[in-house]
Amino acid sequence: MTLLKHELKQGFKTLAIWTASIGFLIAICLFLFPEMKGEMDNVSDMFSSMGSFTAAFGMDRLNFGTLIGFYAVECGNILGLGGAFFASLIAVSALAKEEKERTAEFLLSHPVSRVSVISSKLAALVVQIVVMNVVIFALSAACIAVIGEEPAWKEICLLHLAYFLLQLELAGVCFGLSAFLRRGSLGIGLGIAAMMYFLNIIANISEKAEFLKVITPFGYAEGADIVSNGSLDGKLVLIGMAFALIGVAAAYFWYSRKDIH
Amino acid sequence: MDAIKTTGLTKYYGKARGIIDLNLCVPEGEFFGFIGPNGAGKSTTIRTLLGLISPSGGSGEIFGMNMVKDRQKILDCVGYLPSEAVFYQDMRVRDVLKLSAGLRKKDCREEAARLCERLELDTSRKVDELSFGNRKKVAIVCALQHRPRLLVLDEPTSGLDPLMQREFFSILRERNQEGATVFLSSHVLSEIQRNCRRAAIIREGRLIACDSVEALSKTNAKRVTVHGELDIEKLPGVRDIQPLDGGASFLFGGDINALVNKLAACRLTDLSVAEPDLEEIFLHYYTEGGETK
Repeated sequence: MTLLKHELKQGFKTLAIWTASIGFLIAICLFLFPEMKGEMDNVSDMFSSMGSFTAAFGMDRLNFGTLIGFYAVECGNILGLGGAFFASLIAVSALAKEEKERTAEFLLSHPVSRVSVISSKLAALVVQIVVMNVVIFALSAACIAVIGEEPAWKEICLLHLAYFLLQLELAGVCFGLSAFLRRGSLGIGLGIAAMMYFLNIIANISEKAEFLKVITPFGYAEGADIVSNGSLDGKLVLIGMAFALIGVAAAYFWYSRKDIH
Repeated sequence: MDAIKTTGLTKYYGKARGIIDLNLCVPEGEFFGFIGPNGAGKSTTIRTLLGLISPSGGSGEIFGMNMVKDRQKILDCVGYLPSEAVFYQDMRVRDVLKLSAGLRKKDCREEAARLCERLELDTSRKVDELSFGNRKKVAIVCALQHRPRLLVLDEPTSGLDPLMQREFFSILRERNQEGATVFLSSHVLSEIQRNCRRAAIIREGRLIACDSVEALSKTNAKRVTVHGELDIEKLPGVRDIQPLDGGASFLFGGDINALVNKLAACRLTDLSVAEPDLEEIFLHYYTEGGETK
């Protein structure tokens, strides 16, 4: 419990900055929506004539003139990408930072088992991700209420659930990597999040690359699919959670045997 | 009971040597010195004993507990002072001390306050702003505040000013008198000679001597200092000749009669024969294979 509290304290600034930044961007976009709605006929025409660019962001299947269509694309890019970066960053440095900043010797010369260190850090990670998502969701809901829209709440909840799962998956995978790393972890975390995002864009553009959806968590967090199906793709979610579990298992396996320098 | 006991303890970092076949025994209640130059394997030994790294071979026990299986129980009664004190950023000294106590599930506030006062440590400062020596003090309080049975100190005095060093050693002696075992790793021989009863010398990963400090210092070699005209270079048993103003100082380990005869033939103004200090013994052990040249 001491360690969990310590981890949360250490990570509070990062959490606050990321939550505030993502929340701020989403709020701005939502406040722009009423103004844009009137001009949406032209905008939709424009977007639908942009070929694969439209497909890349799923805008060929979403109506930009409705709040849910607008929200799925905006949220998909702001919370999807921002949340992915945040989750990857904090996860990939969770274990590695102790050795990078050379605090591992201090921590592990106390009577705490390696397993409890890993568990506390994992718990802190999940708590931070949950807090960020709850705050962002509440903020979005408040903004929607302020601009006086009555959107399809089920779809909005599904979108947020998908981004939450996406962050958990990336966090799990990056946490696993964190156990193996000593330095340079942040770059790897950002790289993984960015790579997954672009894999999904490639999968959207080309039918041949559709299989990439299985690999990238952005596959099941695709706004267009969620809104048009009214549900998440359970199979992709399960595969994603399996990746996360493998990452976590690897962290337990490796970090409890690792030589600490 | 032995506070520390290792049997054939070996650690390789890949192919690089850490320690080889180390058999070390430190009885409980001892004030024990662990001597060796940088890279000899002192820290590797300590880190293996504390479970930070796993051994490649052999085994180790602390108070009869297996260092791998009972790691947590061992760390509960050990206070460790690392050679380099690094803490989490953005924390105040008191928060670091509280975190350390919290990780031990103990309330050490009283003892921490006493130690901070003796070491003149301001607990409201941020650790990042502290000088190297003051950070060391924080590490000392972390290692001592829970009153451990075994103190493992890795080059503890680096960065401390002489007054603080004296205060630190007086705290250690008090703890030792109260029954705590002190394991002091250092390359500062004078502090080992002053404080420790027994010591072990490690060289290139192997233990090359382990005895009372008195016995370690007692070799048949003497430090001879002479002033006057002399020519002793060819005398067997002479080594480490240091020219002095109007004379020389050398270590002599040969036949004392041969030396006296030789000196009798010289015109001397002054002569002194003394026991070599630990520093010289140390150099002696570190000459090729520890053999007398």
